[in-house]
Amino acid sequence: MNRRESLRSIVLGSMAGTLALESCTGAPEQEVVDKIWKHQYGRTPKEQAIDEKLLAEQYFGSHEMQTITVLAQLILPPTNQGTIEQAEVPAFIEFMAKNFPSLQTQLRGGMMWLDNHCNNHYQTTFVKCSEDEQKQVLDRIAFPDPKAKEQKQEIQFFSLMRNLVVTGYFTSEVGIKELGYLGNQPNVWDGVPDDVLAEHGMEYDPAWVPKFVDQSKRNDTAQWDDQGNLLT
Amino acid sequence: MQIIENEKKYDVVIVGSGAGGGMATKILAEAGLSVAVVEAGPFFDPANPAQQTQFKWPYQSPRRGASTPQRHFGEMDMAYGGWELEGEPYNQIGDTQFDWFRSRMLGGRTNHWGRISLRFGPKDFKSKDQDGVGENWPIGYEDVKPYYDKVDKLIGVFGTKENIYNEPDGFFLPPPKPRLHELYYKKGAEKANVKVIPSRLSILTKRINDDRGVCFYCNQCNRSCSVYADFSSGSCLIFPAQKSRGQVDLFVNCMVREVTVNDEGKATGVSYINKEDRQEYRLSGRIVVLAASACSTARILLNSKSKSHPNGLGNSSDLVGKYLHDSTGADRMAFVPEMMNRKIYNEDGVGGMHLYSPWWLDNKNLDFPRGYHIEVWGGLSMPSYGFGFNPNSLNEYLGLKVGGYGNGLRDDVKKFYGATMGMSGRGESIARKENYCEIDPTTVDEFGIPVLRFNYQWSDAERKQAKHMHDTFEEIIHNLGGVALGEKPGADQNYGLHNPGRIIHEVGTTRMGSDPKKSVVNEFEQLHDVDNVFIVDAGPFVSQADKNPTWTIMALSWRTSEFIIEELKKQNI
Repeated sequence: MNRRESLRSIVLGSMAGTLALESCTGAPEQEVVDKIWKHQYGRTPKEQAIDEKLLAEQYFGSHEMQTITVLAQLILPPTNQGTIEQAEVPAFIEFMAKNFPSLQTQLRGGMMWLDNHCNNHYQTTFVKCSEDEQKQVLDRIAFPDPKAKEQKQEIQFFSLMRNLVVTGYFTSEVGIKELGYLGNQPNVWDGVPDDVLAEHGMEYDPAWVPKFVDQSKRNDTAQWDDQGNLLT
Repeated sequence: MQIIENEKKYDVVIVGSGAGGGMATKILAEAGLSVAVVEAGPFFDPANPAQQTQFKWPYQSPRRGASTPQRHFGEMDMAYGGWELEGEPYNQIGDTQFDWFRSRMLGGRTNHWGRISLRFGPKDFKSKDQDGVGENWPIGYEDVKPYYDKVDKLIGVFGTKENIYNEPDGFFLPPPKPRLHELYYKKGAEKANVKVIPSRLSILTKRINDDRGVCFYCNQCNRSCSVYADFSSGSCLIFPAQKSRGQVDLFVNCMVREVTVNDEGKATGVSYINKEDRQEYRLSGRIVVLAASACSTARILLNSKSKSHPNGLGNSSDLVGKYLHDSTGADRMAFVPEMMNRKIYNEDGVGGMHLYSPWWLDNKNLDFPRGYHIEVWGGLSMPSYGFGFNPNSLNEYLGLKVGGYGNGLRDDVKKFYGATMGMSGRGESIARKENYCEIDPTTVDEFGIPVLRFNYQWSDAERKQAKHMHDTFEEIIHNLGGVALGEKPGADQNYGLHNPGRIIHEVGTTRMGSDPKKSVVNEFEQLHDVDNVFIVDAGPFVSQADKNPTWTIMALSWRTSEFIIEELKKQNI
């Protein structure tokens, strides 16, 4: 179905005619496309409006954003493969705090705890501490006891921050490249590479191999005999 | 508010555009009938770049693929909807926890489903004969087989001939080779005497016609394929139907309130609310085909009260909404140390498992009726929101420190990438009259239509099945050299059995039967009470096997559509 036919189908539902179409987009198509932030992933108009609203708001103040950035740099220090700035981790955390408001108090309160702790021990805020001092603080809160029934607030806070930093990094362009993920593109799957099979002591069951798709024939239109045996 | 009449009269009005509605649209339109398809959600075409999520990267969204209230399975998933829909609530009776997944869009839930396309076997239609519980279908495998064959050829499904009596073979495309974690699964499962065979999914590993492309292995069938290489109802049924000799008019964003009837009690069409202008319209048709999904169809029938049908349409038996049942489900995840520090290659494959285990046991040695199949998952998948959470918690199993910060975390993430896998049991529950949905007189949705409330409790039959699943998972995981993660759920947690509804195979609300007192539709899915109303979603299912319902929905919808054409020719309806 081409685009014009698609549009015709949309309009049919309403006796109000083209009104229906316009209420979905609110503006000429090109204008909408231009307005969309760089993130585009097949959103519905409603989803787009929600994103734009969240993106237009700012939850964390500049000191909090600075604290997030310093924490993120300690959690994943820059390497030649990528930095948390390249991965846009602070902006991602700012967005997620608005997207999941249930994260807000723990993040904001955790950062207040951090500054309070640093003021008591080092007479300054976390971001102004030396890297050694910052690491001394993290050493207290970065190692949850896997056996413990409950974790202290500051440990929970750091675990949440670490989760957001690590997921933010590895879902970014540089992070995915660093991880080495090679998919999300057209491919012809023809099984696990031989060297990997060998390394894992695996093989394809010889009785099965003829049953699998012969990728050289994947574009030949399928035909069967009456018993369901594939002829092509 | 005035109700607006559509002037055009249709031969058939179809409510819903998912698997059942899509198939009816195709068969009836090709027979030359004029068809109106009424869909509660917007138009959707996976080839439309403005709607496409296939091949998008997580960083193309500010939330990196996280779930949203608009898309509960993640914002890239192609289901506009989820467990809750804004403005369209549903309620629970007592301590029921029924989860109802609705997708509002052309093609419905077929746009994101797992494409697991299993035929019911001969035993599945006559399960009561085996174990004395539940009810038999009034039809058998031999009645449906010709339609399964036709669905296989029309839609395309890969698989292998296995000659297993209750897992009938079909017209299969060749399956893809297993991935590494699936080979581990096979090793562990076969050691536990659990049979493993190539899976059966409606994804085109080979060309079947010139209208649809061939799979390019991006593992994103849940985003609906832009080259139509997976089965989605819009791309494989509705669009071809629009090109056929019949006439198909799509009414999208139109929420059906009820089936309208004349003084004789025969259906005259439907009334619906157009979501764009919030006006109410009437659409007339000689025949009404309901395919709104089992629960939504029950809701429409129960809301269609008239002088001739005071208890709701087709509800003289008082059984509309009863016998609601979903598949059982339990899952377990495993850490496989041998898969740590893997060599990375493109392992996307098709969107779903390449191998699975059909039910392999005989119930006479077991303390529960019916069976389950096992699905397997894992692999070197694309990261999305949540990837890297608790990045090194698995260090616990290696005697290493958990937590920390610094570049060691990068190494840990890479070390564990692809080293976990899991399995899911999906089984057959028993349909019971006590499990039902009904109209809640206290609540309407934003369109003023009374909503459903659910009453549903699992019984020991399902709980024992879930326990058996977990026992099996642990044995398989042990055999393949893995560590089962998390605690094994005990009796206090229903052995990990998911809430009813959670597997999204809810069926049975308009049960099929030959006795009008004990069923809602006859063997051609025609209401006993009203001969020009048919139901082609999973409402008519008497039981559901441990097989995903879609293939049977489509086979029965095709069969019913042919019946409708014949009856029209004979002027019986």
